[in-house]
Amino acid sequence: MEKFKIVNSTAIPLEIENVDTDQIIPARFLKATDRKGFGENAFRDWRYHDNGTENTDFILNNSNYSGTILVAGNNFGCGSSREHAAWALTDFGFKVIVSSFFADIFKGNALNNGLLPVQVSEGFLKTLHKEIKNNPDIELTIDLESQIIAIKSLQLSENFEIDTYKKTCMINGYDDIDYLLSKKKSIVTFETTYKLHKN
Amino acid sequence: MGKTLFDKVWDSHVVDTIENGPQILYIDKHLIHEVTSPQAFKELEERNIPIFRPDQIVATADHNTPTTNQHLPIKDELSRKQLEQLSENCKKNNITLYQLGHKNNGIVHVMAPELGFTQPGMTIVCGDSHTSTHGAFGSIAFGIGTSQVAQVFASQCLLLTKPKSLRVTVNGKLKNGVLPKDVILYIISKIGTNAGTGYFCEYAGEVFENMSMEGRMTVCNMSIEMGARGGMIAPDEITFEYVKGREFAPKGEDFKKKVSYWKTLPTDADALFDKEYHFDAKDIEPMLTYGTNPGMGIKISEYIPESSDASFEKSLAYMNFKKGDSLIGKPINFVFIGSCTNSRIEDFRVAANYIKGKQKANNVTAWLVPGSKQVETQIIKEGLKTIFNDAGFELRQPGCSACLAMNEDKIPQNEYCVSTSNRNFEGRQGQGSRTILASPLMAAATAIEGKIIDITKQLN
Repeated sequence: MEKFKIVNSTAIPLEIENVDTDQIIPARFLKATDRKGFGENAFRDWRYHDNGTENTDFILNNSNYSGTILVAGNNFGCGSSREHAAWALTDFGFKVIVSSFFADIFKGNALNNGLLPVQVSEGFLKTLHKEIKNNPDIELTIDLESQIIAIKSLQLSENFEIDTYKKTCMINGYDDIDYLLSKKKSIVTFETTYKLHKN
Repeated sequence: MGKTLFDKVWDSHVVDTIENGPQILYIDKHLIHEVTSPQAFKELEERNIPIFRPDQIVATADHNTPTTNQHLPIKDELSRKQLEQLSENCKKNNITLYQLGHKNNGIVHVMAPELGFTQPGMTIVCGDSHTSTHGAFGSIAFGIGTSQVAQVFASQCLLLTKPKSLRVTVNGKLKNGVLPKDVILYIISKIGTNAGTGYFCEYAGEVFENMSMEGRMTVCNMSIEMGARGGMIAPDEITFEYVKGREFAPKGEDFKKKVSYWKTLPTDADALFDKEYHFDAKDIEPMLTYGTNPGMGIKISEYIPESSDASFEKSLAYMNFKKGDSLIGKPINFVFIGSCTNSRIEDFRVAANYIKGKQKANNVTAWLVPGSKQVETQIIKEGLKTIFNDAGFELRQPGCSACLAMNEDKIPQNEYCVSTSNRNFEGRQGQGSRTILASPLMAAATAIEGKIIDITKQLN
């Protein structure tokens, strides 16, 4: 996993609530057996009309907006556990997703792929949407070390929470497998006592 | 202070706790399927890490399989390759696989309980959000992402922060025609699609105590639709009776020992929950969804609510419904009875009981897709297939099918489908399709009438 540092970028405002992982990557694109290439079909049915032409009304097709930060609506990533959703978003080029609320499984999947879910207050999310729409060139800063999301030019900022362990993993590029393998001995010991206890 | 059912199962599986961090949770059973496992196998292979406990893994092919002509080679090349990859991975790693056509093949959440893999007090994971189904047995069961599938492959453990506890109590007696599916759709419509996020849910009260195991599975299956990672119901005599004698269930003395342990699992009377909801069974009616998330549900007697919220408007525009409309009388051309929510034998009995002696409406295409080979066999054995065929219904072969439309079973653009599945998201059943979630009884009635009817009028 890539190490996560500070992200300074313009952002794309996706003001839709309850975006489920079926929208992020529809099931018909889940037939691939590796992790690459899902970005091409990210938000496929919102980005394209049925005849394959671009839906110019959809924010990801609006050339005014670009960047590695997606500022989404409430309850982002609900539904299916498909990690393909996180792969599609990173492959599309996102490094950070901002929302006022993330679904559990998506949040875990994002963190396991170096995609930072930043949970902000409803009020701050509204402000972000408003300011980005006012000025699509405005830059957001996400500083994981200090757990701050900010628009420095407007002196707007908010702190965000992240599990200490996960933060260390993101900053250093570690993943859970490395950690779990280092605990193999305790796991084997647990198995022995656990089996005795249960029978 | 007492412990909850969830606490008891969770605490007994904690290997270690990281200071200011997550816990290492031991996993008893790991279920896998073709769609969310290949990248995990590949990752371990690339990192040269062996699979730690292959005998605790069971695999099935379900998401991306055809529901007709399963004996023939799969036409879609990508789908065929995905299934071949699963076979190859399982063979290489000594993992039990019930591939297409095997007598134990089926949807992962139908197959595992019916074979007795699912037992009370266990921790069970699968790369599928509806793994919550297995919580019906009083186990901690939840969906995981592919990175976590790789973690369980490598260590039989996961790093997790213990979720908060939530209890939904429903007391009283359900009205005629109100099925477990209606109960869970009602609960989600009341508390919303994110009320359970960060929580593990326990369902308690007379309604669940009196429910069959299959009904309990339907309820727990949809826990994820209110955001909860999982849902649980305390194991009782109904649970023990269901588990007893199944192929992979403990036998003889071992079973007795297990039962006495399982009896210690229910939530203590003085245990406290972080959040509680209470509902009355008499307030529940047959339910339907009108929008594009499972929380957008109404009773059959109700009207689509008013709201000026932009996401609500977008949802209604997608469904081509209007605020204040009733769904009764809406013409419907597609009906799907299947999915890990409602594809067990009781679901087909309910449908057959209603359909018997009637004829499917001409405008309706109705797909009945059993959850497993065993369910399919049982449908034939009980003579239900004859009832379905006589009424003009098509009984297909087992799989996830039109629930997620990954295979050929897709609902066409702009068409409504009254479906017993679990998600009514945009395009879930095919690009541009419009899903109305309902019970198998409501689905069967819609297929006969060719439109949505108030089933309660026929029953009372």
